[in-house]
Amino acid sequence: MSNYQTVIGLEVHVELATKTKIFCGCPTEFGKEPNTHVCPVCLGLPGTLPVLNKKVVDFAIKAALALNCEIPAFAKLDRKNYFYPDLPKAYQISQYDLPLAVNGHLDIEVNGQTRRIGITRVHIEEDAGKLVHAPFGDYSLADYNRAGVPLIEIVSEPDLRSPVEAKAYLEKLKSIIQYTGVSDVKMEEGSLRCDANVSIMPVDSQQFGTRAEIKNMNSFRAVQNGLEYEVARQAEVLAAGELVIQETRRWDENKGITYAMRSKEEAHDYRYFPDPDLVPIIVEPAWVEEIRQSLPEMPEARQKRYVTTWGLPAYDAAVITAAKSMADFFEATMEAYHDAKAVSNWLMGEVTKHLNAEGLEITQTKLKPAHLIELLELQNKGTVSGTIAKTVFEEMFKSGKMPAEIVKEKGLVQITDEAAIAAIVDEVIANHPKPVADYKSGNKKAIGFLVGQVMKLSKGKANPPLVNKLLREKL
Amino acid sequence: MLEQLTVADAVEKLQSREISAQELTEATLKRIAAVDETVKAYLTITSEQALAAAAQIDAKRKNGEQVGPLAGVPVALKDNMCTKGVKTTCASKMLHNFLPPYDATVVELLQKAGCIMLGKTNLDEFAMGSSTENSTYFTTRNPWDLTRVPGGSSGGSAAAVAADEALFAIGSDTGGSIRQPASFCGVVGMKPTYGRVSRYGLIAFASSLDQIGPLTKDVRDCAMVMNAIAQYDPRDTTSAKQATPDYTSYLDKNVKGLKIGVPKEYFAQGITPGVAAAVQKSIDLLVSLGAEAEEMSLPHTEYGIPIYYIIAPAEASSNLARFDGVEYGFRVETDNLLDMYKKTRSQGFGTEVKRRIMLGTYALSSGYYDAYYHKALQVRTLIKEDFDRAFAKYDVILTPTTPATAFVAGTVEDPLTMYLNDICTIPANMAGLPAISLPCGFVDDLPVGMQLIAKPFAEGTILRAAHAYEQHSGLPKQKPALEMGVSKDE
Repeated sequence: MSNYQTVIGLEVHVELATKTKIFCGCPTEFGKEPNTHVCPVCLGLPGTLPVLNKKVVDFAIKAALALNCEIPAFAKLDRKNYFYPDLPKAYQISQYDLPLAVNGHLDIEVNGQTRRIGITRVHIEEDAGKLVHAPFGDYSLADYNRAGVPLIEIVSEPDLRSPVEAKAYLEKLKSIIQYTGVSDVKMEEGSLRCDANVSIMPVDSQQFGTRAEIKNMNSFRAVQNGLEYEVARQAEVLAAGELVIQETRRWDENKGITYAMRSKEEAHDYRYFPDPDLVPIIVEPAWVEEIRQSLPEMPEARQKRYVTTWGLPAYDAAVITAAKSMADFFEATMEAYHDAKAVSNWLMGEVTKHLNAEGLEITQTKLKPAHLIELLELQNKGTVSGTIAKTVFEEMFKSGKMPAEIVKEKGLVQITDEAAIAAIVDEVIANHPKPVADYKSGNKKAIGFLVGQVMKLSKGKANPPLVNKLLREKL
Repeated sequence: MLEQLTVADAVEKLQSREISAQELTEATLKRIAAVDETVKAYLTITSEQALAAAAQIDAKRKNGEQVGPLAGVPVALKDNMCTKGVKTTCASKMLHNFLPPYDATVVELLQKAGCIMLGKTNLDEFAMGSSTENSTYFTTRNPWDLTRVPGGSSGGSAAAVAADEALFAIGSDTGGSIRQPASFCGVVGMKPTYGRVSRYGLIAFASSLDQIGPLTKDVRDCAMVMNAIAQYDPRDTTSAKQATPDYTSYLDKNVKGLKIGVPKEYFAQGITPGVAAAVQKSIDLLVSLGAEAEEMSLPHTEYGIPIYYIIAPAEASSNLARFDGVEYGFRVETDNLLDMYKKTRSQGFGTEVKRRIMLGTYALSSGYYDAYYHKALQVRTLIKEDFDRAFAKYDVILTPTTPATAFVAGTVEDPLTMYLNDICTIPANMAGLPAISLPCGFVDDLPVGMQLIAKPFAEGTILRAAHAYEQHSGLPKQKPALEMGVSKDE
């Protein structure tokens, strides 16, 4: 691979969280009974006409501004024609040559280096329905609840140079869109979808290689794995003296391979043309400004603020601000607590561990900033040790009870009574003559084992500095 | 003989309770029963609903409740406008069983005005044609001569009005589909300004050209119907946010000083001498009434038909793609999807529809778009600019509606010859302008129509000129000889 340079561009579809669909008043809500959120318009019944939902344009412009795009004064909607049973009109209303937004960028950080990735365009379009293939029959059923749900497509420049960069771009994109609040950007639920154009070229070449389009990468990991596979595959093809062919390939998550779906010759001719049912979108500068003013602080700005205001390490600030909900939690905690690093340790450690395990956002849990603050203060006062704090955290994450209450209920208060600890220390010394002898003969490390035994006997409640002090005295 | 009433007369008699809506509806249904086997204007007749609706109007009137301005007037609707629960076929096998779950806006407006829907009229399949010969079901006959076509595509609507099978009818016009049959059948037909009447519920042929309009017995009726249907509709974003004037208020103004442009290109090749003479006589009459007429030029007229047959099929190829056998309508059952698509569309559409889908698909194809579709749009702008210049100088433009009178069914086999029928009507669609066809004489006992075109939203000017002409034309109040029970081909 070292002789080749990878070139990747991503096309990302984001479902917008408007209440109603893009061209009719049906709700966009996910997971309802099939064909219950439909009307003559989104079913594409003969004679019906689309009416553009202004909120969709609002949301799309908001996302585009967050991605540093320019918003041209004039945009139009076009028809993309193709036949498929999930597409009721047999054309998708999308945007072809005059999209809503152009010339944006976002910055990614990979291996400590910042790279600016160009964003060619952001356009709006309607989603298709969903086919449900009958498990025991030779037929499919169509569900049009999703037909007409608004999407934006975000097309990057071919600026990404590795699968790792592609993943970093996608994560950053998700983070930015999430901050704008125009989508919940969940890859698992399909509100964030990603296709990639991949090619490789000799390192000293100016000319991009022939690209393949990769579809069906349904998670961040799949994007990286799929692209890594494809890059390696193309390198093998070239190494064998063959040519990469322009085609669309599908990522098979289970097999870990991409396979050809259709060649360039089989590619659809979408016969784009301006939709005569819809008037052009005229975007007044004042409208754009109004939306710009409504943009919340973006992750990068927050990162900087955390470093300057609270002295948080840059790495911590980047991790904490990636998800808006986490950053909001952090800020709420800092309103009533002083030690930013202690908070970020908890958030990046136990909190993230538990969120990942449950697949939840922090806002979806019972955990509130007040919990964390009280726990930190219990630790500071010496009421609980670090080890016990983790036990308390687990319980409060699950039940939402306040930490002091948990400590009380479960008798987890730290033992700071010297006499009580001394008794345990004596018992440990009596029961472990070998480590005691080792320590006395100069192996100072042996004390670690003895401390561990005391903690174990005290069920983790003994105050660790006291344990250390008493052990040393008695030995 | 109530069915012979104009809308204006019927409204007067209904309001004065000289007649009831039920009597009028019954009389019209009786007329349909008597002559429609011969004329074949209707695809669907909704007698029961019509009588029930008429009874309701009568009851409301009796109770002193508010009724619409056209309350009790029976109307026929072209079968490409959606009617809730009433079959809407577009005269195509593809929609032979299609029951729309909703009403077109124009249907709602007519109901609000109190009209009684009699049924759905025949057309060329998906409004593509000039004779109703492209209907999957049957060809409608011209009431003036049953061997001849009524024109198209709104041939059923025009024939229904001419044969007193409806007091008025609603049609749609993409390249002349209201005006050409109006001309062939000796009735008044108006294509309003693009955007004046909502297209919501009109099954699209070519969205940027389609416009709904009335077919009536005279100009006053046209104005009255326009009052009911020309409304802004938020469901159609191409519909105009313009207040609706009282169109009847233009009728009794004279034409003194009205500037009429007579484009020489419309009198060039293909115009039969009889038609040219009838139109010239009409111009002379308007001049005698105080109008000023002069010959002028609309230089890009000759490109109207060629670009129409790029733009309209291109839009149609996309508009008609939804008829794929998946959700509704005709489907050929096969064992795989691609086959289902191919067979459904091959068997569900007629020859002319398929011809236009192929033309349009080609024109939009990658590599041809710029040469055809894009170029056609540019020429469309030139045609529009011709009119813009003309309307800086003239109030209306006067032309024949069609080059010739109604032709004998089955005699025009070449599609290109058929397309020439719309040579005078297409430019108004290209430029989105309002235009009317009204009777201006007879040639060999067949009606001749003249066309008046005005600038956008100047329907009032057209109605004023048309009404002045109609009042002074001295044309006999002639009816087709149908009631003599004579049908020339039987």
